Amino acid sequence: MSVLTEASVDTVSMPADDHLQGDLLEISMGPVHPSTHGVFRMNLLLDGERVVKLKPVFGYLHRNHEKIAEHETYLGSMPYTDRLDYICSITNNWAYALAVEKLAGIPVPERAEYLRVITGELTRLQNHAGLIGFLLQDMGASGTPLMYAFREREKILDLFEALTGARMMCNYMRFGGCRCDLPAGWMEQAKKVVDEFPRFLDEFESLLRTNEILMERTQGTGIVTREQAINAGLSGPMARASGVNYDLRKVDKYGIYDRFSFRVPLGEHGDVYDRFMMRLLEMRESLEILKQAMRDIPSGPHKDPNTKIRNFRPKAGEAYGRIEAPKGELGFYLISDGGPNPYRYRVRPPSLINLTLLEQMCIGHNVSDIVIILGSIDIVLGEVDR
Amino acid sequence: MNLEEIKSQIEANVPGCSLQILLNGSPSGQHSLLVDKEHGLTVASYLRDGASPKFDYCSNVTGVDWPLKETSTKQKTKKIVDGVESEVEEVIKTATGNYLEVVYHLFSMDARQGPLVLRMRTEDRVDQVHLPSLTPVWRSAELQEREVYDLFGVVFDGHPDLRRLLMWDDFKDHPMRKDYVDPDDYEYEPTAHDEVLKRMQAHYAAQGAPSASEETR
Repeated sequence: MSVLTEASVDTVSMPADDHLQGDLLEISMGPVHPSTHGVFRMNLLLDGERVVKLKPVFGYLHRNHEKIAEHETYLGSMPYTDRLDYICSITNNWAYALAVEKLAGIPVPERAEYLRVITGELTRLQNHAGLIGFLLQDMGASGTPLMYAFREREKILDLFEALTGARMMCNYMRFGGCRCDLPAGWMEQAKKVVDEFPRFLDEFESLLRTNEILMERTQGTGIVTREQAINAGLSGPMARASGVNYDLRKVDKYGIYDRFSFRVPLGEHGDVYDRFMMRLLEMRESLEILKQAMRDIPSGPHKDPNTKIRNFRPKAGEAYGRIEAPKGELGFYLISDGGPNPYRYRVRPPSLINLTLLEQMCIGHNVSDIVIILGSIDIVLGEVDR
Repeated sequence: MNLEEIKSQIEANVPGCSLQILLNGSPSGQHSLLVDKEHGLTVASYLRDGASPKFDYCSNVTGVDWPLKETSTKQKTKKIVDGVESEVEEVIKTATGNYLEVVYHLFSMDARQGPLVLRMRTEDRVDQVHLPSLTPVWRSAELQEREVYDLFGVVFDGHPDLRRLLMWDDFKDHPMRKDYVDPDDYEYEPTAHDEVLKRMQAHYAAQGAPSASEETR
């Protein structure tokens, strides 16, 4: 039977929207696709443009960070934590330092806590600014928003460079404090950056928040409900966009976060638009925290003088320490057997666990929507693959 | 949150399960609860749905390898040998470990409590490495259990999609085990030298075709 006669017979009984039904197409997206934010691959099964099935493939950047850390001293892993989520090295340092401090019972002096909050919140600002730039770039707003966001991010990276000597691989925290104190004039410069930041946010929001194309593409895309978010262990802005009121700065109050007044923005719909807005609103709250911390910072030592960093051997035991990193709950689980290096060293990567629901979020959407759904999750492959 | 209370709560509601509190020597004070693997899944679903507070958020899932560790300690005891009391040194051998352990860190979202550290152990490290998967209870364990399977070799029964996560599919060993020896060259592929060359020559000789070296000449 020829193709034509077969078609003419079938069109009669076929539902209207199935008239182009053909074979499903299996394609591999990534690992070097520019929209995957690194070396991340997805195996897609497509019906035309529509996603039928999606299987993420991990491991292209795997170097077994955890195994390497088991053969390294406690302090020796600190610079390596920079390379996990390489956009936010300071919060990685913080989470690791916090876990070791829990394991060994190390106190942190007042000034060091403030230094941690200031650098940590600056990290959140530059991560979120970068992320919304990337997200809009993925959405087709080529160039301009990303450049605007990176202009601001660069100012914060300049501050990091002045403080730690490195823009991105900061290696700033130590057990019981921070590596060094602020250089002269740093605080004035930082205050200037913080004061100028709202101008960028206002401009950015007025350009894009109510942009019709943006709303059309992001609202109702990649929805996650509150129950699904909790059950799948989503954390950070991802979970809060779905209405999960869980911010570790409020829940655990680690460090000195109970001293600052700030609000936790929550989304209602759990779609890409809410996740986009979550970042914008969180930046405003970070600025609030920064203003308070910069006002209240006391003088004093920047690290605990009694903690011996060399030949550091915590007592046998274990500890799980976690912080609210820009991407979500970043945890470190350490087991010590009394030796100079950890018996077990585990990173709880928020980027990886936030990808749990990727397939469910993407099914039924177009290929171009996958790109923005992935962009709104905010992954960094250094952390996903470790 | 009191671990004793949670233990008695579980014991009252999950009949037949055996629980054990493992103390933690570090200042963090995060003690853990060891659950037998037969009741792992029922205990987990009770913790999520029935316990108070409800542990609805499973944050972290990971494995720990405990190879067999034999320690011998010398102890001096007094014994009467031939009617004469004398001190004799006795060597006491104790064996610990020889299992793989999976650790779950649970939190309660509403009550803001945790971590409740849940542990399960396999029987040994060779073939009795099956544990129940808790992914049906907490979806967040899905990728993390795959990682434990990949790097430690724990087989999770009931996992919906148990494949390697980080290493490639053809990879044989489990790199996070303590006795893992990494190969000299991860990217080694047999090329036409030595054994492969001999096999190839034998192959071509059997077929009566010209050998590869003649072909390329």
